[in-house]
Amino acid sequence: MTANTWFAVYLGFSLVVPLAIAGLALINTGLGRSRSAAHAMTLSLSVVSLAMLIYFAWGGAIEGSIGGPFFGVGFGPFLRYVPWTNPSSAAALLPILSVALSAMIPLGSSADRWRLSGACFSTVVFAGILYPLFARWTAHAELFASHTQGLIFPYAPTFLLDAGGSARIHATGGLTALSLSWLLGPRSGKYSSQGMPAAIPAHNGVFVLFGCMLAWMGWLGLNSTGAMLHLPPGLAAERLVLIIANTSFAAAAAALAAGATTRVRFRRPDASLIANGWMAGLVAGSAGCATLKPATAILTGLVAGFIVVVSVEFFELHLKVDDPCGSISVHAVGGLWGLLAAGIFSGSAAQFMAQLVGIATLLGLIFPLTYGLNWLLSRFIPYRVSIDGERQGLDLNELGADAYPEFVVHADEFLQR
Amino acid sequence: MKLLGFLLLLSGWGIVETALHLLHRNALSAFILAGLGVEILGLALVARAHLPPAEASR
Repeated sequence: MTANTWFAVYLGFSLVVPLAIAGLALINTGLGRSRSAAHAMTLSLSVVSLAMLIYFAWGGAIEGSIGGPFFGVGFGPFLRYVPWTNPSSAAALLPILSVALSAMIPLGSSADRWRLSGACFSTVVFAGILYPLFARWTAHAELFASHTQGLIFPYAPTFLLDAGGSARIHATGGLTALSLSWLLGPRSGKYSSQGMPAAIPAHNGVFVLFGCMLAWMGWLGLNSTGAMLHLPPGLAAERLVLIIANTSFAAAAAALAAGATTRVRFRRPDASLIANGWMAGLVAGSAGCATLKPATAILTGLVAGFIVVVSVEFFELHLKVDDPCGSISVHAVGGLWGLLAAGIFSGSAAQFMAQLVGIATLLGLIFPLTYGLNWLLSRFIPYRVSIDGERQGLDLNELGADAYPEFVVHADEFLQR
Repeated sequence: MKLLGFLLLLSGWGIVETALHLLHRNALSAFILAGLGVEILGLALVARAHLPPAEASR
């Protein structure tokens, strides 16, 4: 593949990546309440916009590029060192889109109670510090190679295997989602005084399921461009068909596994958990999309689909974490499983250990950092809407207009009186 | 308990990073696993610290 062909293929796949963002926005909106639907979409658009601009301003300078020093060279502040008129600027395109997708993930766990202003400040921290820090950690050659090449794991692959971004995009966003869910607390009326959770169903299942299909399209672009950036050019071109097949197989297997698990567990398939299963399959399959065999991609998806159902229930029932859209289970748990699965199925003990180091960094560095920074922000900027605002709905409370003004008046059937 | 949990999370990552810099193959694997074990303990403590009292609800 010539450089120009590579660039054309890369650009083609990049153009569908925003569909993943659109899909996730629809899923988050559909799984939330109708009285907060316009707020959820507005928040998605605001967070995506802010994440891209903050990444442009200084996030890109922190992430830099492979082989560059920590700050100043690489992409540089305001991406000033990106050669925009040259095909090599392609390296800057995927991170810009990835940070937008990653920043949207916490919106799912904090739906129906997070203020617009709080979410925007949190996004500044996420896109300006957390995402680029971890992305740099995973991509920077010196960090892993100097520890492992020939010294500790002779002849072994030494980088974190994360072509599509299970860790970089999803686990980072998912762990931030967990932090925010803990910091915000559950929606009013979610738990009874005995600690029993109330079911607050999705307001629009069609949004959710259509969002899954859009996300699939976006993921094909995300995983293909990710592999093209992180694998040697020749190798990535050879594997594009495999990447597309693996991405699709993992999602399909996960959706069916989630459906079967809910059929056994609740006696009927649950649409929102099947959607979560589909998304978890996409997330888990991302890390090893270029290296898994189709059979192992299916196995990764099957496990992801089962795990997501168990995880959603565990967080809601046992940890009392109110995650309306299942973002923690899909992106944090699914992402960590994807990272582990890529190591398990690589057939290399060294690669497996490298994946464990990646998981250790996510849990031991990124999670405390995201929790601490959001905790600090929440001391100065009110994160949560008032109880009355929540009851009224975030559309009216924060935006002054409902998403569905011609609908009947809300019945508050899920709130305790 | 929350603070202790976060300290354990950071300590676990510290164990892994230090081992990567200082140790060789066999010992390294053991220390990476040990570091992860400390992190899981920290995560469990943080999760437990966030559990609401039985009678409290918003």
